[in-house]
Amino acid sequence: MFEMLDGLEFGPFLLSFKLAVITTLILFVISLPLAWYLSQTHSKMKPFWESLTALPIVLPPSVLGFYILVALSQNSPIGAFFEDVLGIKLVFNFTGLVVASCFYSLPFMVQPLQSGFESINKNMLEASYIAGKGKIETIRKVALPNIKPALMSAIIVTFAHTVGEFGVVLMVGGSIPDETKVASVAIYEFVEVMDYTKAHIYSAIMVIISFLVLLSVYIFNGKQKKIGF
Amino acid sequence: MIKIEINKKLHGANGGMDLSVRLDILQGDFVALTGQSGSGKTTLLRILAGLESSSGTISVEGEVWQDSKTSLIPQKRKIGFVFQDYALFDNMSVEQNLLYVQKDRALAYKLLELTQLNQLKDRMPSTLSGGQKQRVSLCRAMMNRPQLLLMDEPLSALDPTMRTKLQHEILALHKEFGTTTIMVSHDPSEIYRLAQRVVVLHGGKIINDGTPKDILLKTSGSAKFSFEGELLDIVKVDVIHLAIIAIGQQLVEVVVSDDEAKTLEIGQSVSVSTKAFTPRLKGL
Repeated sequence: MFEMLDGLEFGPFLLSFKLAVITTLILFVISLPLAWYLSQTHSKMKPFWESLTALPIVLPPSVLGFYILVALSQNSPIGAFFEDVLGIKLVFNFTGLVVASCFYSLPFMVQPLQSGFESINKNMLEASYIAGKGKIETIRKVALPNIKPALMSAIIVTFAHTVGEFGVVLMVGGSIPDETKVASVAIYEFVEVMDYTKAHIYSAIMVIISFLVLLSVYIFNGKQKKIGF
Repeated sequence: MIKIEINKKLHGANGGMDLSVRLDILQGDFVALTGQSGSGKTTLLRILAGLESSSGTISVEGEVWQDSKTSLIPQKRKIGFVFQDYALFDNMSVEQNLLYVQKDRALAYKLLELTQLNQLKDRMPSTLSGGQKQRVSLCRAMMNRPQLLLMDEPLSALDPTMRTKLQHEILALHKEFGTTTIMVSHDPSEIYRLAQRVVVLHGGKIINDGTPKDILLKTSGSAKFSFEGELLDIVKVDVIHLAIIAIGQQLVEVVVSDDEAKTLEIGQSVSVSTKAFTPRLKGL
């Protein structure tokens, strides 16, 4: 049975995971202050920022991909700035994929963190302020340790979602082997050329990995609840 | 001396209300803040802690905490705050909860010793009882040696026995650290036992301010026949003794003889009854 795995390219999988790891790291850094702000603010602008953050969930990936493509291409001021001043090309390469993924997966990092922060007893945070601790120390030592399940969900779901993205990647990255050809794009191409065997194997691997990732999240969160967090 | 003169518009459950409080508190005093719910007690505490904004001035021992231009953030005010729901850091052990405030092990051990928590220092908050949690919370509040200790109904969620025990501990800590304490409470016996002064808030204004005895004792007789209560105090007045007893939510004064006063012990449960002079008829 395993002979059918011979000659199978694992490049697309490695690329998918590399993309997911980098995207998750970047989004974690960006989303932490954003989610904290959204959870604590009473500003009238809050619904505006929340809607903007959630937009990638409802938009068709092709729409998002199209706008990102337009924004990052050399013809736009942003793309031109990056290319001329910093010498970084942002479309049809891996860097462009990372930027696009960060937009696409943003809500999957922000929303669990935000609702985690919102679920914390406000008095606990205030007790930390009264103890003389600033916001950053309070987030690091009190808020984050008390929302471990939400933190875990945010990281894992963002990772899994980035591994599974297709539309945006195809629009912004195309399908350049070892550069932008991630697993989901590879499967699409196998189907297009009617290589169903390989499409099956790739798809099955994706299903198994995704299931295991989700299973680990649920087991972890179940254990956390038992501990009493 | 703590000088408070603050104003704040509140939007409470009963519509808009102006919280307008002028209060001078002597250093080392224990002040009970009482009044119906929604009268602004908690908001006043939160304003003193810097957790809510208001207009006006607050100065503590000559140091300005708030005036028209500046307002110190909670981190800069030397306060301890005990929340009704404990608000312990769930991710830290009892000892870590204390050391988070101040890395002062000697003080932490002293506080844990005073409140008999030293056996529990490595336990997580989720494994403690309500009374134990509130003790930890109290210790945590004392960790930065506060000038002002603020307590928002700290004992209202606890059973009466635990409440009495913790009242003694609160008093002991208040005296040991010489802090000025403001406590929100609805329980007259608690107020009588702990406070030197009671401030009654109603609709955002102070409507009564005095000693617990003057404000809480309702001496205008009761129509009921027999009560069970707790003996709080026996005061000698001229040739008689007055026993002060907490019955339910009320305090009453009863005259007792010299001999009776000797047999009674403060803190014990007593029954209070009256004998009516009704002629009794009996068939022969």
